[in-house]
Amino acid sequence: MKNNKTDFIQGNIACVEGAIVAGCKFFAGYPITPASEIAEHMSERMFQVNGTFIQTEDELSSIAAVVGSSWAGAKAMTATSGPGISLMQENIGLAIATETPLVIVDVQRGGPSTGSPSISLQGDTIQVKYGSQGEYQVISIAPSSPQEMFDYTIWAFNIAEKFRTPVFVMADVMVGHMREQVEYPEDYNELEIFDRKILDDPDSTEGRFLSTEVAPMPIFGNGFKANVTGSTHDEFGWRNVSDPKVMDNFIKKLTNKILNNKSEIIRTEKEYMEDAEVVLLSYGSVSRAALETVHTAREKEIKVGSYRLVTVWPFPEKEISKMSENVEKIIVLENNLGQIYPYVRSAVDGKAEVELLSPSVLGEFFEPNYILNKIKEAK
Amino acid sequence: MANINIRIAGIGGQGVVLSGIILGRTASVYEGKNAVQTQSYGSSARGGDVCSEIIISNKKIIYPQVLKSDILIALSQKAVDKYRDQILEGGTLIVDKDLTKLEFETEKFKVYGESFNKTAIDEFNNKTVANMIMLGYLVKKTEIVDVELLKKSILESVPVETKEINIKALNKGMLLAQ
Repeated sequence: MKNNKTDFIQGNIACVEGAIVAGCKFFAGYPITPASEIAEHMSERMFQVNGTFIQTEDELSSIAAVVGSSWAGAKAMTATSGPGISLMQENIGLAIATETPLVIVDVQRGGPSTGSPSISLQGDTIQVKYGSQGEYQVISIAPSSPQEMFDYTIWAFNIAEKFRTPVFVMADVMVGHMREQVEYPEDYNELEIFDRKILDDPDSTEGRFLSTEVAPMPIFGNGFKANVTGSTHDEFGWRNVSDPKVMDNFIKKLTNKILNNKSEIIRTEKEYMEDAEVVLLSYGSVSRAALETVHTAREKEIKVGSYRLVTVWPFPEKEISKMSENVEKIIVLENNLGQIYPYVRSAVDGKAEVELLSPSVLGEFFEPNYILNKIKEAK
Repeated sequence: MANINIRIAGIGGQGVVLSGIILGRTASVYEGKNAVQTQSYGSSARGGDVCSEIIISNKKIIYPQVLKSDILIALSQKAVDKYRDQILEGGTLIVDKDLTKLEFETEKFKVYGESFNKTAIDEFNNKTVANMIMLGYLVKKTEIVDVELLKKSILESVPVETKEINIKALNKGMLLAQ
Protein backbone atom coordinates (compact mmCIF):
# COMPACT_ATOMS: atom_id res chain seq x y z
CA MET A 1 0.00 0.00 0.00
CA LYS A 2 1.22 3.46 -0.87
CA ASN A 3 2.12 5.38 2.26
CA ASN A 4 2.75 8.96 3.28
CA LYS A 5 3.14 10.08 -0.26
CA THR A 6 1.88 12.61 -2.71
CA ASP A 7 0.86 11.33 -6.10
CA PHE A 8 -0.38 13.11 -9.20
CA ILE A 9 -3.24 10.96 -10.44
CA GLN A 10 -6.61 10.96 -12.13
CA GLY A 11 -9.78 11.08 -10.07
CA ASN A 12 -10.65 7.63 -11.40
CA ILE A 13 -7.38 6.16 -10.16
CA ALA A 14 -7.73 7.91 -6.78
CA CYS A 15 -11.16 6.33 -6.48
CA VAL A 16 -9.67 2.84 -6.88
CA GLU A 17 -6.98 3.56 -4.29
CA GLY A 18 -9.64 4.80 -1.88
CA ALA A 19 -11.70 1.65 -2.43
CA ILE A 20 -8.69 -0.51 -1.62
CA VAL A 21 -7.99 1.40 1.58
CA ALA A 22 -11.65 0.93 2.52
CA GLY A 23 -11.23 -2.83 2.14
CA CYS A 24 -12.83 -3.43 -1.26
CA LYS A 25 -12.13 -7.02 -2.30
CA PHE A 26 -14.47 -7.41 -5.24
CA PHE A 27 -14.94 -5.42 -8.41
CA ALA A 28 -17.15 -6.29 -11.35
CA GLY A 29 -17.54 -3.89 -14.22
CA TYR A 30 -17.89 -3.32 -17.91
CA PRO A 31 -15.68 -0.70 -19.59
CA ILE A 32 -17.30 2.61 -20.50
CA THR A 33 -15.87 6.07 -21.12
CA PRO A 34 -15.32 8.05 -18.87
CA ALA A 35 -15.16 5.38 -16.13
CA SER A 36 -12.93 2.80 -17.83
CA GLU A 37 -9.76 3.76 -15.94
CA ILE A 38 -11.43 2.53 -12.75
CA ALA A 39 -11.96 -0.96 -14.17
CA GLU A 40 -8.52 -0.95 -15.77
CA HIS A 41 -6.74 0.01 -12.55
CA MET A 42 -8.91 -2.33 -10.50
CA SER A 43 -7.90 -5.26 -12.74
CA GLU A 44 -4.34 -4.69 -11.56
CA ARG A 45 -5.00 -3.72 -7.94
CA MET A 46 -7.54 -6.44 -7.07
CA PHE A 47 -4.96 -9.01 -8.08
CA GLN A 48 -2.39 -7.37 -5.77
CA VAL A 49 -4.69 -7.36 -2.72
CA ASN A 50 -5.99 -10.92 -3.23
CA GLY A 51 -9.34 -9.60 -4.32
CA THR A 52 -11.45 -10.52 -7.31
CA PHE A 53 -11.85 -8.61 -10.54
CA ILE A 54 -14.39 -9.58 -13.17
CA GLN A 55 -15.01 -7.93 -16.49
CA THR A 56 -18.56 -9.04 -17.07
CA GLU A 57 -20.45 -9.24 -20.34
CA ASP A 58 -22.53 -6.18 -19.50
CA GLU A 59 -23.57 -3.85 -16.67
CA LEU A 60 -26.58 -5.96 -15.69
CA SER A 61 -24.21 -8.74 -14.85
CA SER A 62 -21.71 -6.41 -13.12
CA ILE A 63 -24.17 -5.17 -10.54
CA ALA A 64 -25.61 -8.66 -10.04
CA ALA A 65 -22.12 -9.98 -9.30
CA VAL A 66 -21.49 -7.10 -6.90
CA VAL A 67 -24.72 -7.81 -5.00
CA GLY A 68 -23.80 -11.50 -4.81
CA SER A 69 -20.27 -10.90 -3.61
CA SER A 70 -21.50 -8.52 -0.93
CA TRP A 71 -23.79 -11.29 0.34
CA ALA A 72 -20.76 -13.57 0.37
CA GLY A 73 -19.19 -11.05 2.75
CA ALA A 74 -16.96 -8.95 0.49
CA LYS A 75 -16.84 -5.19 0.29
CA ALA A 76 -17.78 -4.75 -3.33
CA MET A 77 -17.92 -2.06 -5.97
CA THR A 78 -18.71 -1.35 -9.58
CA ALA A 79 -18.04 1.71 -11.73
CA THR A 80 -19.80 2.89 -14.82
CA SER A 81 -21.36 5.93 -16.48
CA GLY A 82 -24.99 6.96 -17.06
CA PRO A 83 -25.75 4.35 -19.73
CA GLY A 84 -24.46 1.63 -17.39
CA ILE A 85 -26.53 2.95 -14.48
CA SER A 86 -29.60 2.66 -16.74
CA LEU A 87 -28.83 -1.02 -17.27
CA MET A 88 -28.15 -1.61 -13.57
CA GLN A 89 -31.36 -0.14 -12.22
CA GLU A 90 -33.20 -3.43 -11.71
CA ASN A 91 -30.53 -4.89 -9.47
CA ILE A 92 -29.87 -1.57 -7.74
CA GLY A 93 -33.47 -1.99 -6.58
CA LEU A 94 -32.64 -5.51 -5.44
CA ALA A 95 -29.66 -4.21 -3.47
CA ILE A 96 -31.85 -1.61 -1.77
CA ALA A 97 -34.63 -4.10 -1.00
CA THR A 98 -32.23 -6.71 0.37
CA GLU A 99 -30.14 -4.09 2.23
CA THR A 100 -26.93 -4.95 0.45
CA PRO A 101 -23.92 -2.72 1.17
CA LEU A 102 -22.07 -1.80 -2.03
CA VAL A 103 -20.57 1.18 -3.81
CA ILE A 104 -21.53 2.32 -7.30
CA VAL A 105 -19.30 4.91 -8.94
CA ASP A 106 -21.04 6.89 -11.68
CA VAL A 107 -18.61 8.94 -13.75
CA GLN A 108 -21.26 10.95 -15.55
CA ARG A 109 -21.10 11.84 -19.23
CA GLY A 110 -23.34 13.61 -21.70
CA GLY A 111 -26.70 11.99 -22.34
CA PRO A 112 -29.45 10.86 -22.94
CA SER A 113 -28.70 7.48 -24.50
CA THR A 114 -25.07 6.95 -25.59
CA GLY A 115 -24.72 10.75 -25.65
CA SER A 116 -21.20 12.18 -25.53
CA PRO A 117 -18.70 9.88 -23.80
CA SER A 118 -16.06 12.52 -23.04
CA ILE A 119 -18.24 15.55 -22.28
CA SER A 120 -19.06 16.25 -18.64
CA LEU A 121 -22.67 16.51 -17.51
CA GLN A 122 -24.42 16.16 -14.15
CA GLY A 123 -27.11 14.25 -15.99
CA ASP A 124 -27.71 11.37 -13.59
CA THR A 125 -28.52 13.25 -10.39
CA ILE A 126 -32.17 12.21 -10.55
CA GLN A 127 -31.53 8.88 -12.26
CA VAL A 128 -29.69 7.53 -9.24
CA LYS A 129 -32.43 8.70 -6.91
CA TYR A 130 -35.46 7.37 -8.74
CA GLY A 131 -34.16 5.07 -11.50
CA SER A 132 -35.47 1.82 -10.07
CA GLN A 133 -39.13 1.12 -9.38
CA GLY A 134 -40.91 1.56 -6.08
CA GLU A 135 -40.29 3.84 -3.12
CA TYR A 136 -36.80 4.09 -1.68
CA GLN A 137 -33.94 6.36 -0.61
CA VAL A 138 -30.36 6.41 -1.79
CA ILE A 139 -27.17 8.00 -0.57
CA SER A 140 -25.07 9.87 -3.11
CA ILE A 141 -21.81 11.75 -2.68
CA ALA A 142 -20.49 14.28 -5.22
CA PRO A 143 -16.68 14.67 -5.15
CA SER A 144 -14.96 17.64 -6.78
CA SER A 145 -11.31 16.57 -6.96
CA PRO A 146 -9.07 13.50 -7.17
CA GLN A 147 -8.33 13.94 -3.44
CA GLU A 148 -12.05 13.72 -2.74
CA MET A 149 -12.39 10.75 -5.08
CA PHE A 150 -9.92 9.03 -2.74
CA ASP A 151 -11.37 10.26 0.56
CA TYR A 152 -15.04 9.98 -0.37
CA THR A 153 -14.75 6.50 -1.86
CA ILE A 154 -13.49 5.38 1.56
CA TRP A 155 -16.38 7.24 3.15
CA ALA A 156 -18.84 5.71 0.63
CA PHE A 157 -17.78 2.22 1.70
CA ASN A 158 -18.07 3.19 5.35
CA ILE A 159 -21.64 4.42 5.06
CA ALA A 160 -22.62 1.58 2.73
CA GLU A 161 -21.41 -0.87 5.37
CA LYS A 162 -22.88 1.06 8.25
CA PHE A 163 -26.35 1.49 6.77
CA ARG A 164 -26.36 -1.71 4.67
CA THR A 165 -27.29 0.09 1.50
CA PRO A 166 -25.91 1.02 -1.93
CA VAL A 167 -23.98 4.30 -1.97
CA PHE A 168 -23.35 6.27 -5.17
CA VAL A 169 -20.15 8.20 -5.79
CA MET A 170 -21.29 10.75 -8.38
CA ALA A 171 -18.25 11.90 -10.33
CA ASP A 172 -18.29 13.28 -13.85
CA VAL A 173 -15.84 13.53 -16.77
CA MET A 174 -14.29 16.58 -15.16
CA VAL A 175 -13.48 14.95 -11.82
CA GLY A 176 -12.88 11.43 -13.13
CA HIS A 177 -10.32 12.47 -15.72
CA MET A 178 -8.81 15.41 -13.86
CA ARG A 179 -5.32 14.87 -12.51
CA GLU A 180 -4.29 16.60 -9.32
CA GLN A 181 -2.07 15.83 -6.39
CA VAL A 182 -3.51 13.33 -3.92
CA GLU A 183 -2.08 13.13 -0.43
CA TYR A 184 -2.26 9.63 0.95
CA PRO A 185 -2.83 9.33 4.71
CA GLU A 186 0.27 9.30 6.88
CA ASP A 187 -1.05 6.52 9.06
CA TYR A 188 -3.60 4.14 7.63
CA ASN A 189 -4.29 2.74 11.07
CA GLU A 190 -5.76 6.08 12.11
CA LEU A 191 -8.35 5.99 9.33
CA GLU A 192 -11.85 5.10 10.37
CA ILE A 193 -12.89 2.00 8.45
CA PHE A 194 -16.34 0.63 9.17
CA ASP A 195 -17.23 -3.02 8.67
CA ARG A 196 -20.83 -4.23 8.53
CA LYS A 197 -22.44 -5.96 11.47
CA ILE A 198 -22.69 -9.65 10.64
CA LEU A 199 -25.13 -12.17 12.12
CA ASP A 200 -23.09 -15.11 13.32
CA ASP A 201 -25.57 -16.95 15.51
CA PRO A 202 -28.23 -18.84 13.49
CA ASP A 203 -30.44 -19.09 16.59
CA SER A 204 -30.39 -15.37 17.25
CA THR A 205 -33.83 -13.90 17.71
CA GLU A 206 -32.57 -10.57 16.41
CA GLY A 207 -34.08 -9.48 13.09
CA ARG A 208 -31.98 -9.77 9.94
CA PHE A 209 -33.69 -7.00 7.99
CA LEU A 210 -35.77 -3.85 8.26
CA SER A 211 -34.38 -2.13 11.31
CA THR A 212 -33.85 1.62 11.30
CA GLU A 213 -30.95 0.79 13.62
CA VAL A 214 -29.60 -1.44 10.79
CA ALA A 215 -29.95 -5.19 11.32
CA PRO A 216 -26.92 -7.51 11.32
CA MET A 217 -26.42 -9.06 7.89
CA PRO A 218 -26.92 -12.85 7.65
CA ILE A 219 -24.19 -13.24 5.02
CA PHE A 220 -23.78 -16.50 3.13
CA GLY A 221 -21.15 -19.01 4.11
CA ASN A 222 -21.59 -18.89 7.87
CA GLY A 223 -23.13 -22.35 8.02
CA PHE A 224 -26.78 -21.39 8.37
CA LYS A 225 -29.64 -20.61 6.07
CA ALA A 226 -30.30 -17.00 5.13
CA ASN A 227 -33.46 -16.00 3.43
CA VAL A 228 -32.87 -13.08 1.06
CA THR A 229 -35.50 -11.78 -1.33
CA GLY A 230 -36.31 -8.64 -3.27
CA SER A 231 -39.98 -9.28 -2.71
CA THR A 232 -41.74 -7.72 0.26
CA HIS A 233 -40.50 -9.45 3.40
CA ASP A 234 -40.43 -9.20 7.18
CA GLU A 235 -37.57 -8.77 9.66
CA PHE A 236 -36.48 -12.38 9.12
CA GLY A 237 -36.57 -12.22 5.35
CA TRP A 238 -39.80 -14.19 5.04
CA ARG A 239 -41.67 -13.29 1.90
CA ASN A 240 -45.15 -11.84 2.27
CA VAL A 241 -46.51 -10.12 -0.79
CA SER A 242 -50.21 -10.03 0.08
CA ASP A 243 -50.38 -8.08 3.35
CA PRO A 244 -50.22 -4.28 2.88
CA LYS A 245 -49.05 -3.89 6.48
CA VAL A 246 -45.96 -5.96 5.74
CA MET A 247 -45.31 -3.82 2.66
CA ASP A 248 -45.84 -0.65 4.66
CA ASN A 249 -43.26 -1.82 7.19
CA PHE A 250 -40.89 -2.95 4.42
CA ILE A 251 -40.90 0.40 2.63
CA LYS A 252 -40.92 2.62 5.70
CA LYS A 253 -38.10 0.81 7.47
CA LEU A 254 -35.94 0.90 4.35
CA THR A 255 -36.52 4.60 3.79
CA ASN A 256 -36.38 5.58 7.46
CA LYS A 257 -33.09 3.76 7.84
CA ILE A 258 -31.70 6.56 5.65
CA LEU A 259 -34.03 9.44 6.60
CA ASN A 260 -33.69 8.97 10.37
CA ASN A 261 -29.93 9.09 10.01
CA LYS A 262 -29.74 12.14 7.78
CA SER A 263 -27.77 14.14 10.30
CA GLU A 264 -25.04 11.53 10.23
CA ILE A 265 -25.06 11.17 6.44
CA ILE A 266 -25.52 14.71 5.12
CA ARG A 267 -22.50 16.90 4.56
CA THR A 268 -22.41 20.44 3.25
CA GLU A 269 -19.56 22.92 2.84
CA LYS A 270 -20.05 26.61 3.43
CA GLU A 271 -17.68 29.38 2.43
CA TYR A 272 -18.25 33.10 3.03
CA MET A 273 -21.82 32.40 4.16
CA GLU A 274 -21.76 34.57 7.32
CA ASP A 275 -22.83 37.79 5.59
CA ALA A 276 -23.76 36.45 2.14
CA GLU A 277 -26.66 38.11 0.35
CA VAL A 278 -26.40 35.93 -2.74
CA VAL A 279 -25.60 32.22 -2.42
CA LEU A 280 -24.19 29.95 -5.09
CA LEU A 281 -25.55 26.49 -4.35
CA SER A 282 -23.74 23.69 -6.16
CA TYR A 283 -22.40 20.15 -5.98
CA GLY A 284 -19.65 18.06 -7.58
CA SER A 285 -17.16 19.55 -10.02
CA VAL A 286 -19.30 22.68 -10.44
CA SER A 287 -18.63 23.66 -6.82
CA ARG A 288 -15.07 24.58 -7.79
CA ALA A 289 -16.37 27.12 -10.31
CA ALA A 290 -18.80 28.40 -7.67
CA LEU A 291 -16.06 28.89 -5.09
CA GLU A 292 -13.75 30.60 -7.58
CA THR A 293 -16.59 32.98 -8.42
CA VAL A 294 -17.15 33.72 -4.74
CA HIS A 295 -13.48 34.64 -4.33
CA THR A 296 -13.64 36.94 -7.37
CA ALA A 297 -16.88 38.50 -6.13
CA ARG A 298 -15.48 39.11 -2.65
CA GLU A 299 -12.51 40.97 -4.19
CA LYS A 300 -15.13 43.27 -5.71
CA GLU A 301 -16.86 43.47 -2.33
CA ILE A 302 -19.96 41.68 -3.54
CA LYS A 303 -21.41 39.63 -0.69
CA VAL A 304 -21.60 36.18 -2.24
CA GLY A 305 -21.26 32.85 -0.45
CA SER A 306 -20.83 29.26 -1.56
CA TYR A 307 -23.08 26.50 -0.26
CA ARG A 308 -21.96 23.12 -1.51
CA LEU A 309 -23.83 19.87 -1.17
CA VAL A 310 -21.17 17.23 -0.61
CA THR A 311 -23.95 14.66 -0.31
CA VAL A 312 -26.84 15.31 -2.70
CA TRP A 313 -29.08 12.45 -1.51
CA PRO A 314 -30.64 12.27 1.00
CA PHE A 315 -31.52 15.87 0.23
CA PRO A 316 -30.65 18.42 2.96
CA GLU A 317 -33.95 20.33 2.88
CA LYS A 318 -33.82 21.37 6.54
CA GLU A 319 -30.29 22.73 6.19
CA ILE A 320 -31.19 24.63 3.00
CA SER A 321 -34.39 25.93 4.53
CA LYS A 322 -32.49 27.32 7.51
CA MET A 323 -29.77 28.83 5.34
CA SER A 324 -32.34 30.55 3.11
CA GLU A 325 -33.72 32.55 6.05
CA ASN A 326 -30.65 34.78 6.06
CA VAL A 327 -30.07 35.39 2.36
CA GLU A 328 -31.75 37.30 -0.45
CA LYS A 329 -31.10 35.06 -3.38
CA ILE A 330 -29.93 31.52 -4.08
CA ILE A 331 -28.50 30.68 -7.50
CA VAL A 332 -28.51 26.94 -8.12
CA LEU A 333 -25.58 26.02 -10.36
CA GLU A 334 -25.95 22.72 -12.17
CA ASN A 335 -24.32 21.33 -15.29
CA ASN A 336 -27.75 20.15 -16.44
CA LEU A 337 -31.13 21.82 -16.94
CA GLY A 338 -32.01 21.85 -13.26
CA GLN A 339 -32.23 18.48 -11.53
CA ILE A 340 -31.98 19.53 -7.87
CA TYR A 341 -33.41 23.00 -8.59
CA PRO A 342 -37.02 21.96 -7.77
CA TYR A 343 -35.83 20.42 -4.50
CA VAL A 344 -34.04 23.62 -3.53
CA ARG A 345 -37.13 25.72 -4.37
CA SER A 346 -39.26 23.42 -2.31
CA ALA A 347 -36.87 23.58 0.65
CA VAL A 348 -36.60 27.38 0.46
CA ASP A 349 -40.37 27.70 0.12
CA GLY A 350 -40.39 31.41 -0.68
CA LYS A 351 -37.97 32.53 2.05
CA ALA A 352 -35.49 33.68 -0.62
CA GLU A 353 -35.47 34.03 -4.36
CA VAL A 354 -34.23 30.88 -6.10
CA GLU A 355 -32.84 30.88 -9.62
CA LEU A 356 -31.33 28.15 -11.76
CA LEU A 357 -28.14 28.75 -13.71
CA SER A 358 -26.89 26.19 -16.22
CA PRO A 359 -23.67 26.71 -18.20
CA SER A 360 -24.19 28.81 -21.35
CA VAL A 361 -23.27 25.67 -23.29
CA LEU A 362 -24.22 22.45 -21.48
CA GLY A 363 -21.15 20.34 -20.80
CA GLU A 364 -18.76 23.28 -20.80
CA PHE A 365 -17.31 24.08 -17.41
CA PHE A 366 -18.86 27.18 -15.81
CA GLU A 367 -16.77 30.31 -16.31
CA PRO A 368 -16.54 32.52 -13.21
CA ASN A 369 -17.26 35.69 -15.23
CA TYR A 370 -20.46 34.18 -16.59
CA ILE A 371 -21.64 33.41 -13.06
CA LEU A 372 -20.49 36.80 -11.80
CA ASN A 373 -22.51 38.60 -14.49
CA LYS A 374 -25.61 36.71 -13.37
CA ILE A 375 -24.95 37.78 -9.79
CA LYS A 376 -24.62 41.42 -10.88
CA GLU A 377 -27.86 41.12 -12.86
CA ALA A 378 -29.50 39.77 -9.74
CA LYS A 379 -28.37 42.69 -7.62
CA MET B 1 3.40 34.69 -10.50
CA ALA B 2 0.54 33.17 -8.55
CA ASN B 3 -0.64 30.71 -11.18
CA ILE B 4 1.06 29.44 -14.32
CA ASN B 5 -1.52 28.40 -16.89
CA ILE B 6 -0.26 26.15 -19.66
CA ARG B 7 -2.21 24.86 -22.62
CA ILE B 8 -0.80 22.15 -24.89
CA ALA B 9 -2.92 21.51 -27.97
CA GLY B 10 -2.52 19.32 -30.99
CA ILE B 11 -3.68 16.05 -32.48
CA GLY B 12 -4.20 12.70 -30.77
CA GLY B 13 -0.98 10.65 -30.89
CA GLN B 14 1.40 13.60 -30.40
CA GLY B 15 1.73 12.96 -26.68
CA VAL B 16 -0.14 16.10 -25.72
CA VAL B 17 -1.82 14.58 -22.66
CA LEU B 18 1.31 12.80 -21.42
CA SER B 19 3.30 16.04 -21.66
CA GLY B 20 0.75 17.72 -19.44
CA ILE B 21 0.80 14.89 -16.92
CA ILE B 22 4.60 14.97 -16.73
CA LEU B 23 4.63 18.73 -16.12
CA GLY B 24 1.92 18.44 -13.45
CA ARG B 25 3.69 15.55 -11.76
CA THR B 26 7.00 17.43 -11.72
CA ALA B 27 5.42 20.49 -10.13
CA SER B 28 3.31 18.67 -7.56
CA VAL B 29 5.10 15.48 -6.55
CA TYR B 30 8.68 16.70 -6.97
CA GLU B 31 8.50 20.47 -6.40
CA GLY B 32 5.81 20.39 -3.72
CA LYS B 33 3.57 22.88 -5.50
CA ASN B 34 -0.07 22.46 -6.43
CA ALA B 35 -0.93 21.31 -9.93
CA VAL B 36 -4.02 20.28 -11.82
CA GLN B 37 -4.30 18.85 -15.31
CA THR B 38 -7.44 18.51 -17.39
CA GLN B 39 -7.94 17.47 -20.96
CA SER B 40 -10.44 17.56 -23.73
CA TYR B 41 -10.58 15.30 -26.72
CA GLY B 42 -12.97 13.68 -29.17
CA SER B 43 -13.77 9.99 -29.20
CA SER B 44 -10.87 8.91 -31.43
CA ALA B 45 -7.59 7.99 -29.75
CA ARG B 46 -5.49 9.15 -32.71
CA GLY B 47 -6.01 11.90 -35.22
CA GLY B 48 -8.62 13.95 -33.33
CA ASP B 49 -8.08 17.33 -31.73
CA VAL B 50 -6.76 17.13 -28.22
CA CYS B 51 -5.94 19.71 -25.60
CA SER B 52 -4.22 19.29 -22.26
CA GLU B 53 -4.32 22.08 -19.69
CA ILE B 54 -2.08 22.43 -16.67
CA ILE B 55 -2.18 24.92 -13.84
CA ILE B 56 0.80 25.17 -11.50
CA SER B 57 0.52 27.27 -8.36
CA ASN B 58 2.00 27.86 -4.95
CA LYS B 59 -1.55 28.29 -3.66
CA LYS B 60 -4.47 25.88 -3.54
CA ILE B 61 -6.01 25.69 -7.00
CA ILE B 62 -9.77 26.13 -6.90
CA TYR B 63 -10.78 26.61 -10.52
CA PRO B 64 -9.32 23.64 -12.42
CA GLN B 65 -9.50 24.81 -16.02
CA VAL B 66 -7.31 27.18 -17.98
CA LEU B 67 -9.22 30.16 -19.34
CA LYS B 68 -6.38 32.34 -20.63
CA SER B 69 -2.95 30.77 -20.79
CA ASP B 70 0.48 32.11 -19.94
CA ILE B 71 1.90 29.54 -22.32
CA LEU B 72 0.33 27.94 -25.38
CA ILE B 73 2.10 25.08 -27.10
CA ALA B 74 0.40 24.53 -30.44
CA LEU B 75 1.28 21.41 -32.39
CA SER B 76 -1.26 21.80 -35.18
CA GLN B 77 -2.64 24.66 -37.24
CA LYS B 78 -6.05 24.18 -35.69
CA ALA B 79 -4.53 24.55 -32.23
CA VAL B 80 -2.93 27.87 -33.18
CA ASP B 81 -6.15 29.18 -34.70
CA LYS B 82 -8.35 28.03 -31.83
CA TYR B 83 -6.27 29.09 -28.85
CA ARG B 84 -3.96 31.96 -29.81
CA ASP B 85 -6.52 34.59 -28.84
CA GLN B 86 -6.53 33.12 -25.35
CA ILE B 87 -2.87 33.83 -24.59
CA LEU B 88 -2.30 36.35 -21.83
CA GLU B 89 -0.44 39.55 -22.55
CA GLY B 90 3.26 38.94 -22.04
CA GLY B 91 2.70 35.22 -22.48
CA THR B 92 4.40 32.74 -24.75
CA LEU B 93 3.39 30.83 -27.86
CA ILE B 94 5.49 27.85 -28.89
CA VAL B 95 4.67 26.09 -32.15
CA ASP B 96 5.97 23.19 -34.17
CA LYS B 97 7.04 25.33 -37.12
CA ASP B 98 6.73 22.53 -39.67
CA LEU B 99 3.13 21.80 -38.72
CA THR B 100 1.87 25.38 -38.44
CA LYS B 101 1.90 28.62 -40.39
CA LEU B 102 1.88 31.78 -38.36
CA GLU B 103 0.10 34.25 -40.58
CA PHE B 104 -0.05 37.00 -37.99
CA GLU B 105 2.26 39.36 -36.19
CA THR B 106 1.93 40.24 -32.57
CA GLU B 107 3.71 42.11 -29.85
CA LYS B 108 1.29 40.88 -27.25
CA PHE B 109 3.19 37.69 -26.55
CA LYS B 110 6.48 35.99 -27.42
CA VAL B 111 6.44 33.51 -30.29
CA TYR B 112 8.88 30.63 -30.72
CA GLY B 113 8.89 28.05 -33.48
CA GLU B 114 10.91 24.85 -33.59
CA SER B 115 10.87 21.51 -35.42
CA PHE B 116 9.73 19.00 -32.81
CA ASN B 117 8.13 16.42 -35.06
CA LYS B 118 10.74 16.62 -37.82
CA THR B 119 13.64 16.40 -35.36
CA ALA B 120 12.06 13.35 -33.76
CA ILE B 121 11.86 11.62 -37.15
CA ASP B 122 15.21 12.79 -38.56
CA GLU B 123 17.36 12.31 -35.46
CA PHE B 124 15.56 9.65 -33.45
CA ASN B 125 13.70 7.81 -36.21
CA ASN B 126 10.77 7.88 -33.81
CA LYS B 127 8.09 10.54 -33.99
CA THR B 128 6.65 9.61 -30.58
CA VAL B 129 9.51 11.45 -28.84
CA ALA B 130 8.50 14.79 -30.41
CA ASN B 131 6.71 15.67 -27.18
CA MET B 132 9.92 15.18 -25.17
CA ILE B 133 11.82 17.46 -27.55
CA MET B 134 9.01 19.97 -27.03
CA LEU B 135 9.19 19.62 -23.23
CA GLY B 136 12.96 20.18 -23.26
CA TYR B 137 12.51 23.25 -25.43
CA LEU B 138 9.65 24.56 -23.28
CA VAL B 139 11.51 24.18 -20.00
CA LYS B 140 14.66 25.77 -21.32
CA LYS B 141 12.71 28.76 -22.69
CA THR B 142 10.36 29.29 -19.76
CA GLU B 143 11.92 27.57 -16.71
CA ILE B 144 8.47 26.61 -15.45
CA VAL B 145 9.84 23.51 -13.73
CA ASP B 146 13.26 22.30 -12.65
CA VAL B 147 15.00 20.29 -15.38
CA GLU B 148 16.41 17.59 -13.11
CA LEU B 149 13.05 17.05 -11.44
CA LEU B 150 11.42 16.99 -14.85
CA LYS B 151 13.76 14.17 -15.85
CA LYS B 152 12.80 12.23 -12.73
CA SER B 153 9.16 12.71 -13.58
CA ILE B 154 9.70 11.53 -17.17
CA LEU B 155 11.52 8.42 -15.98
CA GLU B 156 8.55 7.60 -13.78
CA SER B 157 6.00 8.20 -16.52
CA VAL B 158 7.34 6.40 -19.61
CA PRO B 159 7.81 2.67 -20.32
CA VAL B 160 11.16 1.24 -19.14
CA GLU B 161 12.45 0.44 -22.61
CA THR B 162 11.89 4.03 -23.79
CA LYS B 163 13.54 5.83 -20.85
CA GLU B 164 16.86 6.45 -22.60
CA ILE B 165 15.43 7.72 -25.87
CA ASN B 166 13.01 10.02 -24.03
CA ILE B 167 15.76 11.64 -21.97
CA LYS B 168 17.91 12.03 -25.08
CA ALA B 169 15.00 13.69 -26.83
CA LEU B 170 14.48 16.01 -23.86
CA ASN B 171 18.16 17.01 -23.98
CA LYS B 172 17.85 17.63 -27.71
CA GLY B 173 14.93 19.94 -27.11
CA MET B 174 16.91 21.90 -24.54
CA LEU B 175 19.78 22.21 -27.00
CA LEU B 176 17.44 23.56 -29.68
CA ALA B 177 16.28 26.24 -27.26
CA GLN B 178 19.75 27.61 -26.64
